[in-house]
Amino acid sequence: MSEFFQYVVVGLANGGVYATLALALVLIHRATGIVNFAQGEMGMFCTFIAWSLITHHGLPYWPAFFLTLLIAFAGGAATYKVVIQPLSRTGELTVVMATIALLIILNGLAGWIWSPEVKFLRSPSPFAPGDHFEVGGVIVNKQDLTVIVISLICVALVFLFFRFTRLGLQMRASAVGPATSRLLGIRVAMMLSIGWGLAAVLSAVSGMLAASQLELDPNFMLIVLTYAFAAAVLGGIDSPIGSVVGAFIIGIGISLLSGYASSFLGTELQLPLALAVLMLVLIVRPAGLFGQVVVRRV
Amino acid sequence: MALLELENVEARYGPIRALHGVSITVEEGQAVSLLGANGAGKTTTLRSISGTVRTTGEIAFASKRIAGRAPESIARLGIAHVPEGRGIYAELTVWENVLLGGSIRRQRRAVKRDAEAALGHFPRIASRRKQQAGTLSGGEQQMLALARALVARPRLLMLDEPSLGLAPTAVQEFYRVVRLLNQQEGLTVLLVEQNARIALASTQQAYVLEVGRVAMSGSSEDLSRDEGVRASYLGY
Repeated sequence: MSEFFQYVVVGLANGGVYATLALALVLIHRATGIVNFAQGEMGMFCTFIAWSLITHHGLPYWPAFFLTLLIAFAGGAATYKVVIQPLSRTGELTVVMATIALLIILNGLAGWIWSPEVKFLRSPSPFAPGDHFEVGGVIVNKQDLTVIVISLICVALVFLFFRFTRLGLQMRASAVGPATSRLLGIRVAMMLSIGWGLAAVLSAVSGMLAASQLELDPNFMLIVLTYAFAAAVLGGIDSPIGSVVGAFIIGIGISLLSGYASSFLGTELQLPLALAVLMLVLIVRPAGLFGQVVVRRV
Repeated sequence: MALLELENVEARYGPIRALHGVSITVEEGQAVSLLGANGAGKTTTLRSISGTVRTTGEIAFASKRIAGRAPESIARLGIAHVPEGRGIYAELTVWENVLLGGSIRRQRRAVKRDAEAALGHFPRIASRRKQQAGTLSGGEQQMLALARALVARPRLLMLDEPSLGLAPTAVQEFYRVVRLLNQQEGLTVLLVEQNARIALASTQQAYVLEVGRVAMSGSSEDLSRDEGVRASYLGY
């Protein structure tokens, strides 16, 4: 039994990484109605910036972390203004294509700027890699715990922002009713731009957390994006809470799968199997686990 | 001085021309009706004013030229447009809907106070502020849309067919508040209605549109006695 919980704890740390990126995907989908395939690469690119700030510019970890978030916000908002908004008149498919192009551009650009060789970004955790404590036979790695805590803080901040601030309310309104919002004097284009900035910040967090567990190369976020996307769809692509829950379900699911099944399945089948289970769930619940049904009377 | 002036306004949806040179004037403090059959251009006239349709011709609000401006910047000048179909955020709560009416104002506390006051006009929805707005009936949604518009503290309130699909008692309750706002608080109102009887009874001036042009205008009282208007719009 303690083995089971061991896998759960490991899964939670991965889930936190997926959760921040999945939440970013949901934000964009709610605001712009599309899936941003470049979301993971935006996080990857920002993670390289953080690495560069620390390695080449000698910044300590946390100043580099927050400076990266600022750059991420500006970059995300600018992406909306320069790429997405001008294209949005031409239809959703064009915008989706643009995000795929952006994925490839960012990926290539990162390899060109920082060379494709593998780098390492230190963990945000003040603890050494091996530091851990034990609860009832379950070993909890302190670095993993830090990742879980940081991702939960980010998720909580995003929820509080949308739930309790005036700007958050206006952003929600702009997403669900852009035409009405403009009639109320809300600057919808600016709200969407802020939304893209915020999503980029979440991807940057996801990237920096993921890089502390994986190796840093231009492709390291592709797998995270796949799982985050799966999490968002599993939870309901328009449900922020659903995407976070979905991310932790997937994180734990993968961890259990690799723990119990890798002996006879091998690691190659982890991802296909996880996605197969996901598709089965969606056949039963097409709107996702938390897919919201809005009550409407005419 | 006229608060709102349209001069020879034309509007089109793609190749289809919906307005063929409409000129209307709304004085400060007045309530004005726009009447006409389906497709006469009533809704398009309101859309021209709020900037949600492309136009040619002159539109001036408070002596400023507003034709060609973006809807959000027109709204910020003090024009509240309650569109056809009300534009309620079904997913948000009643209270959030009302608060959003104050998006153009800076002081949050004053917005909250005004939101309370606006809901105060409609006890039926005031008690359901935490409910999803989509669960309200059509009449309640119309009241919510009006309450939300008021929180912006507009200088001009534009209502598009508020009586459409509403129960007779809801129509009465709604127009009681519209008259009160116009007559006691001096709010300027531009009203589009199919229900000519209640529109003429609630306004001082009226225009009748026919296929994108002003066919007739005058005081609401005169128009309600006019034989032609009676035959076409009042049905008696």
